[in-house]
Amino acid sequence: MTDTLSTSQQHRNDDTPLLSVRDLRVTFHRSGEEPFVAVDGVSFDLRPGDTLGIVGESGSGKSVTSLAIMGLLPKRGVRVEGEVLYNGTNLLTLSPDQMRDRRGAELGMIFQDPLSSLNPVVPIGVQVTEVLERHRGMSRKAATPLAREMLDRVGIPDPDRRLKDYPHQLSGGMRQRALIAMALAAAPRVLIADEPTTALDVTIQAQILAVLKDLVEDTGTAMIMITHDLGVVAGLVDRVNVMYAGRVVEAAERHPLFADPRHPYTWGLLQSIPRLDGARGERLNPIPGSVSDNLPWTSACAFAPRCSQPIEVCTQRTPELVEDHGRSLRCFNPIQHGRPSPDADTTRGTSEVTR
Amino acid sequence: MPNPLNPRGKKERIDALAATSADTSGGGVAVATVDDAGHVEESTGVSLVASAWQRLRRNPVFLIGLTITTLFVLLAIFAPLIAPHDPADPILLPEVRPQTNPIPPAREGFPLGADNAGRDILSRLIVGSRQTLVVGVMATLFGLLGGLTLGTLAGAFGGWVDSVVMRVVDVMLSIPSLLLAFSIAAIAARASQWTVIIAIAVVQVPIFARLLRGSMLAQRASDHVLAARALGVKESAIVFRHMLPNSLGPVIVQSTLVVATSIIDAAALSFLGLGNPDDRQPEWGQMLGKAQPYIYDHPALAVWPALCIIVVALGFTLMGESLREALDPKSRR
Amino acid sequence: MIRFIVRRLLQMVGVVVILSLLVFAWLKALPGGTVSALLGERATPERRAALEKALGLDQPIYVQYWEFVKRAVRGEFGASTGVQPGTDAFDVFLTRFPATIELAVCALVLAIVLGIPLGYLAARRRASLFDNTSIVFSLIGIAVPVFFLAFLLKYWFAVKLQWLPVSGRQDPGIDATRVTGFFVLDGLLTREFDASWDALKHLILPSLALATIPFAVIFRITRASVLEVLDEDYVRTAESKGLTNRIIRGRHVLRNALLPVVTTIGLQTGGLLVGAVLTERVFSWGGLGDALAIAFQRRDYAVLQVCILMAAVTYVVINLLVDIAYAVIDPRVRTR
Repeated sequence: MTDTLSTSQQHRNDDTPLLSVRDLRVTFHRSGEEPFVAVDGVSFDLRPGDTLGIVGESGSGKSVTSLAIMGLLPKRGVRVEGEVLYNGTNLLTLSPDQMRDRRGAELGMIFQDPLSSLNPVVPIGVQVTEVLERHRGMSRKAATPLAREMLDRVGIPDPDRRLKDYPHQLSGGMRQRALIAMALAAAPRVLIADEPTTALDVTIQAQILAVLKDLVEDTGTAMIMITHDLGVVAGLVDRVNVMYAGRVVEAAERHPLFADPRHPYTWGLLQSIPRLDGARGERLNPIPGSVSDNLPWTSACAFAPRCSQPIEVCTQRTPELVEDHGRSLRCFNPIQHGRPSPDADTTRGTSEVTR
Repeated sequence: MPNPLNPRGKKERIDALAATSADTSGGGVAVATVDDAGHVEESTGVSLVASAWQRLRRNPVFLIGLTITTLFVLLAIFAPLIAPHDPADPILLPEVRPQTNPIPPAREGFPLGADNAGRDILSRLIVGSRQTLVVGVMATLFGLLGGLTLGTLAGAFGGWVDSVVMRVVDVMLSIPSLLLAFSIAAIAARASQWTVIIAIAVVQVPIFARLLRGSMLAQRASDHVLAARALGVKESAIVFRHMLPNSLGPVIVQSTLVVATSIIDAAALSFLGLGNPDDRQPEWGQMLGKAQPYIYDHPALAVWPALCIIVVALGFTLMGESLREALDPKSRR
Repeated sequence: MIRFIVRRLLQMVGVVVILSLLVFAWLKALPGGTVSALLGERATPERRAALEKALGLDQPIYVQYWEFVKRAVRGEFGASTGVQPGTDAFDVFLTRFPATIELAVCALVLAIVLGIPLGYLAARRRASLFDNTSIVFSLIGIAVPVFFLAFLLKYWFAVKLQWLPVSGRQDPGIDATRVTGFFVLDGLLTREFDASWDALKHLILPSLALATIPFAVIFRITRASVLEVLDEDYVRTAESKGLTNRIIRGRHVLRNALLPVVTTIGLQTGGLLVGAVLTERVFSWGGLGDALAIAFQRRDYAVLQVCILMAAVTYVVINLLVDIAYAVIDPRVRTR
C-alpha cells in the first residue's frame, strides 16, 4: 500500500481540529453491580482529512468511545463525561434532537457486521435515500440518482438493480459497501468505522479498506478507524491510539509506532502478527492472559499482570500519559529500541506480579 | 443463523422455539470427553442450568408461580385430611328443593354452602384438587409421550419417516385444538375421566412432536453432536445420550404450560357436556361445567371452581413463562 | 412470488387430503360406525340396512373413502339430526357461517387494535409499572376459561347492570332486512341504522370475551418482538444516520417487529373458532360455534363433519393468506 501521509497532509492546511475529544469518560451503572468505567480519560484531536486509528482488544473501550462520540449510547445506566468538541460545539451538551441533526449529516458511522446492521425488509436504495431525504430535504425521487451514484462510488456493480435489492440478496462485501454508501451519502466530515472489516473474508477486507481509503481521500472526510487489528491500520491511518482497559496507553504517528513501539502492549500486539520475514520455526509471541486479568487503573498499571517486563512500581502507582516528541506513552518501563528492557523482571507472566 | 423469529406458521414458530434451546445447550459449554470405553461424556448444560437457576431464584414471577403450584400439589396430596366432609356425601340433600331452593346456602360447618345434590362445596373444592391435578398431569404426560415418540422418530431418522410424521402432525395442528379434543371425546362410547384426559392429550401430541423434532434437528447440526460422531459414537447413543437430553429444555417449558391449558380444556369439555358424567370424584372443570344451569341465580357455584382453576392455571403459566425466559440465551444480560 | 404461492397451494392440497382421511377415519371410529352416526342410535334395522346399501358400506374401504370424498366435494354430508333436524347439514353450515364470522372478525379486530399498540408501548417502557401491569393482566387473560369470562361479562353488564343485551344477535322485535347475513353490515347497507346499532350492542360482550385470548397473545408477541428489534444493529444504524424518530419507529422498528405478529394473527384463527364455540354457547349466538356445541351434545355427526372439515379448511386458507401477506412484507421469504 502507498503512503497516505503525504496525501492527507494536503488537507491539513488548517491546524484547528475538526473533532476534539477531551478527557472522555464513560461509566456504566448496572443495578446491583459496581459502576464500570469503560472509557477513562481519553483525549485526541482529529483534523480535517486526518485518519486516526484506535486499536485495542475487545473490552478496551474503543467501541464505547465511538458510540459516545456519536451519542448512540443508551441513555439509561450510562454516564458520559468530558467534552466532544465538533467545530467548537460540545456534542455531549446538545439536546437529542440537535444531535440527531448532526448524525448522518456531520458524523457518519459504519459498523462491524454488515448483515445485521442493515434493515432486512427495506430495499438498499431506500436505506440510502432516507439519509438524503432527512438531511438534504430531498424527495425520494430526487435522492434516488444520488443514491445510485453513491453505490457506484463504493464499487457496487449494477447500482440500478441493487437499489431495489434487499440486504440478504447482497454478498458480505457488497453489504459493507452499501453501509459505507449510507454513512457517506450526506457527505459527513467525520466518518467513524467500527471494525468495518472484521466480519469479512480476508480478500474482501482489503477491498473494503481500499474503498474507504479512496473515499476519505477524495472527499477530505476525516476518519476514525476502530480495530483490534494493527494490520488494518498499517496502510491506512496517520496516527494510532492504542487503548487498553479504557485508557490510551500509547499514541503516535503511524511510522514511529510501527517502527519503534514503546509500550509493551503495543509491542505485544505487533509481536502477535505472524511475519513472513521471520525465521522459520520462530515462535509467535502472543500476549498472555486476557483483558479480564486487569488491575484497576486507579492504583496500578492495568496491563501489569500481562506485561512482558513489569517492574515493582507498575503494581503500586498509576502510570500517567506523558507526551514526548509527538508520542504519548503511559508506561513506567517502556520498550527500548524494539526490544524488551534488560532490567525487567525476567519472570514473564502473571502470578508473581499480581500477588 | 437464520432469524429465529422468521415465522411462517405455527409449526415454524414451534421450531424456532426449539432452535433457541439448541443454542442454549450448544452455546459454548459443550465439552465432550472420551473415557476408556469410548463413551462420550458431556459437561453440557451444567453451567446453563446453574445460571438459569440463579436468575430464577431472584425472579418474583417464578417464585409466585412456584408457590402456587407447590401449594396446589400439597393440597391435592393431603386433601382428604383437610376436607371437613366427604365430598361425595349428600349431607344437605334433605334441604334441596328443586323448585324453591335448588342450592342450599352457606351455614355453619358449610362455609360455601352445598351443591344441587346437597354436597359440601368446600370439601368438593379441596378434594377436587386431586382429580384436577390428575387430569392436568396425566394429559400432559400422555401428550408428551406421544409427542416424544413421534418427534424422536422424525428427528432421529429424518428422511421419509420425518416427512410422513410431520405431514400428519401439520394436519393435526390445522384442526383447532379444542375442536380436536371434542372430536376425540365424541368417539368414546361412554365419557369418563380417561376419555377427557386422552382427548386433551391427543391435542398436545403434534405440538410436542414439532417442538422436539425442531430441537433435535438443530442438535443434529450442532458441533457437539458432530464431535461425538467424529469420535465414532454409535448413532443410537448419539440420539439418546446427546440429542434427546439437550432437546428437553423447551419440552419442559411447554409441559409446564400444557398442565395449565389441560385444566382449562377439561373445564371446556365439561361445559359442552363432553366431560366426565360421574361426579362422585369432584374435579374443578367438571364442577364449573355442571354449575351451568344454576349460574345466574347462584353464581357462587361457578365462581369458586373457576377461581381455583384460574389461580392454578396462572401458577403453572407463570412458572412456565419464567422458565422459558431463563432458558432463553437471548434474554440473558 | 407466483412460485411461492403455487408451492403453498400444493402444500395446502396435501393437507386437505390428509385431513379428509382423518375425518373419514374419525367417522369410522365413531360409536356404532357411520350408519349410527348419520341416523342416530335409535334407527330401525331396516333403515340401517338400506342406508348401508345406499352408502356402499358393503364396498371395500378405499371405495367408501372415494365415495366420501366425492360427496364431500359436492357438499353432501346428509341431513342434520340434532341441530336443525331435517335440514341439510351443509345448509346449516352456510346459514350460520356469517354469524360466526361477524363475531370472530369483530373480536380479532378488537384484539389487534388493542394488542399491537399496547404491546409496542409496553416494550418502549420496558420494566415500567405499565409494562408489568399489562403483562400480569395478559397472563391472567390466558388463565381464565373463555366461557367463564363470557359468563362474568354477561352476568355483570347484561343481567345485573342491564347496560347491554343478554343474548342473541339482534332484538327479535326489530324487523331487519337481511342482505349479507352480517347484521351490522346489513343495517348499514339498507340504511336501517337502528338495526345496525342494536346488532352492534349485541356484539360487544361476546366479542370482548372472545377477544381476550388473542389480545393477550398478540400483546405479548408484539412486546417481545419490539424488544428484540430495538436491540438490533440496524436500529442503531438508523440512529447513526440521524433519522427522525417517526422513520426509525415506523420503518425500522415496527415494520420488522410486526412480522411475527402477522403470523400470530393467522394462528389465532384456530383459537378463535374454539373460543367462538364456547362464547356463542353462553350468549346463544346462533352461529357455528353454537351449532357445534349442540351437535356434540346431540351427536349430530352430519353437522360435525361439515364443521370440522370447514373449520380446518378455513384455518388452512387463512394461514395461506397470512403466509402470502407475510411474503409481501418480508422480502427474505419472497425472494428466497
